[in-house]
Amino acid sequence: MSEITTTSSSSPDASSPEIAVKAHHLYKAFGRRPHEMVKKIAAGASRSDVAHLGIAAVIDASFEVKKGEIFVVMGLSGSGKSTLIRMLNGLWDTTSGTVTVGGTDVTGISAKDLRDVRRKSISMVFQHFALLPHRTVIDNVAYGLEIQGMGRTERLARAQTIIDLVGLSGWADSMPSELSGGMQQRVGLGRALAADTDVLLMDEAFSALDPLIRREMQEQLIELQEALGKTIIFITHDLNEAMFLGDRIAVMRDGRIVQIGTPEEILTDPANDYVAQFVQDVDRARVLTATSVMEPVRAVVTKTAGPRAALRTMRDLQTSVVFVLNRDRSFAGIVRDHDVLKMVKAGDTDLRTIIRHDATTVSPDTALVDLVEPSVGSDLPIAVVDARNRLLGVIPRVTLLAAIGNVTTSTGELPVIDPPATISVNVITDILRDTEMPRDTALEGAEA
Amino acid sequence: MNDFRIPLGTWIETFIEWITVTFGFVFDFIRLIVDGAFEGVAFVLVAPPFYVIIAIAAAIGLAARGWKFAVGTVIGLGLILGVDQWDNAMATLALVLVASIIAIAVSIPLGILAAKSSLASQIIRPVLDFLQTMPAFVYLVPALILFRVGEVPGIVATIIFAMAPGVRLTELGIRGVDKEVVEAGQAFGASPWRILRQIQLPLATPTIMAGINQVIMLSLSMVVIAGMVGAGALGGEIVASLSRLDVALGFEAGFAVVILAIFLDRVTAALGNGDTPIGRVLNARKASRSAAQPTSAPAPALV
Ligand SMILES: Nc1ncnc2c1ncn2[C@@H]1O[C@H](COP(=O)(O)OP(=O)(O)O)[C@@H](O)[C@H]1O
Ligand SMILES: [Mg+2]
Repeated sequence: MSEITTTSSSSPDASSPEIAVKAHHLYKAFGRRPHEMVKKIAAGASRSDVAHLGIAAVIDASFEVKKGEIFVVMGLSGSGKSTLIRMLNGLWDTTSGTVTVGGTDVTGISAKDLRDVRRKSISMVFQHFALLPHRTVIDNVAYGLEIQGMGRTERLARAQTIIDLVGLSGWADSMPSELSGGMQQRVGLGRALAADTDVLLMDEAFSALDPLIRREMQEQLIELQEALGKTIIFITHDLNEAMFLGDRIAVMRDGRIVQIGTPEEILTDPANDYVAQFVQDVDRARVLTATSVMEPVRAVVTKTAGPRAALRTMRDLQTSVVFVLNRDRSFAGIVRDHDVLKMVKAGDTDLRTIIRHDATTVSPDTALVDLVEPSVGSDLPIAVVDARNRLLGVIPRVTLLAAIGNVTTSTGELPVIDPPATISVNVITDILRDTEMPRDTALEGAEA
Repeated sequence: MNDFRIPLGTWIETFIEWITVTFGFVFDFIRLIVDGAFEGVAFVLVAPPFYVIIAIAAAIGLAARGWKFAVGTVIGLGLILGVDQWDNAMATLALVLVASIIAIAVSIPLGILAAKSSLASQIIRPVLDFLQTMPAFVYLVPALILFRVGEVPGIVATIIFAMAPGVRLTELGIRGVDKEVVEAGQAFGASPWRILRQIQLPLATPTIMAGINQVIMLSLSMVVIAGMVGAGALGGEIVASLSRLDVALGFEAGFAVVILAIFLDRVTAALGNGDTPIGRVLNARKASRSAAQPTSAPAPALV
């Protein structure tokens, strides 16, 4: 119990440079005698045992958020997420436990010191935007800088660059009420980014937006995070959003954190029945994205490698299709075994003439549900490509079905390679040997 | 049995007597200040020729509500002049202004205090209930004892009577400000004073202005009653008409009160919802200025 009521902030890892925010046995109780409630709970009482005294909103929450990480806290409404995030920047006191932000213990410091931490280290984006309605967009974005004491000219210049960054160029002098919800939240995000703190708290920041805008904002948040390297603590009740954004996810239930893990761990290895049920109720086909199920591409050659290399790959991997890449590693198409075989027999060397373009390509964040149709229509694996058309991975039909059905694909280390070979290994080996020519060997040697 | 009664009245009387003796100098001081303020304002209103005051009132009406209201103002004030109640009306206006300004100056800070502290709110609320429910006449008696006959007891009684909505609506307005916006101020490290100044007060302004409007209207109604303790002006005329059963005088003074009431009500209401012609003109000017500046075209620039 003493472990809960007082904990030292000087533990070695609290000041470790990789940890941006650390919560140590946080408790928050609402009621007449919060400390008594915490004592009872720490001694083993359940949340409902102390219900007559009040609400235990957060119970024994501990976690560490690494610098540059997107840490998602997910749970149903009323599970204590907002209470938890408000203790991280001291908007609400902790009943017990400590919070460290960038190595500074922010629990129990003076109001003035706390304001200093908020100005310099930790800013926040709100569910309903919480913009100052009587100020223009640029003055809203500059608000944090104004409080930091920056001069008007300088802060407006800085705010303008942030406005451009979040895609609101031209709206600087508008009032928030003239903006759509998505744009208003860009202002909210801009305000937090302009303050230039290492840590960003986002409490259901996208929950009030409609789904399309929401997806767009999620993607942009990830881009911004990659560009600026902020540490983001993101609250959501939406598993899909959590899976999409989170480097790690903390699942909350009735005030407790019941599991912390990567999206994959949460989905594939739930810590208890609650999490399992939570993720089971979820439509996996909609939650999981192409990235999370795709397999590394093994059957792949570059365009210049020539048909013999393609054929050899097919033989070694026992498949009838290989993926062909351009010089710059972008996806060119596929070649099939019969075409390659014919080409090798004929002595031609230009793979380009037989490249087919019938493989479906999708972006990494495509939901599995959208992969079903193309997958059914063809024996080819689906190619996952990024914005620059680089081949990130493939999704064979088996993998897709297994992911949606929540069964494991393989029993061991053997990769799934689709579609299976149609020409026997011996035939291919014979042909490769029969057609071997010095010129070709030299070419292959250069390739290897 | 029937002889027994709680001597509540006697207690309060004793209390008031004690206060008069012990804090006499305080009340003398208050009397001096309030009286000075009233004389000053009354002088400003009475000294210039009537057409200057009418022109100023019309200009205020124009800025607050538009030309129709300005014309109405001129006609209304002309009517007061026509029934020869001009000086009385100006004196009444001075009483209302002084009482309202003091009531507002006291009630807004009290309202802020009540909004910030639940304890203060719990103490202030029943006191306000008490002050507001007590029949207005009752204030006149102790005020008369403490400040002697004249304008001052009338003004002080008016202030006490009219303060309540100012406090209440200020508290309501500030408590009604979106919690998340206040949290945003806190989350970016703003001090409580700064949050009050930059977030809570501006956002509570419409509600606070509604309170100010009510304070002024209550002041006006009370100022008439205050005529009974020698505050004079239109109230004095009405009291006089009552004692002389002078219907004509009563209605003439009464009309003057109504005209003042309409003017003050409409002007403060317009200021309260912020939609005034002058405001629109200023906004239009600002908008055209910012539109004149070259702004880059909206581009989906993100990283
Ligand atoms: N100021 C408060 N006073 C009393 N109870 C509160 C207060 N704020 C939140 N709660 C309670 O704490 C619990 C957790 O709330 P919250 O943190 O807002 O959950 P979430 O954000 O996950 O929906 C809820 O049961 C809620 O009713
Ligand atoms: Mg919440």
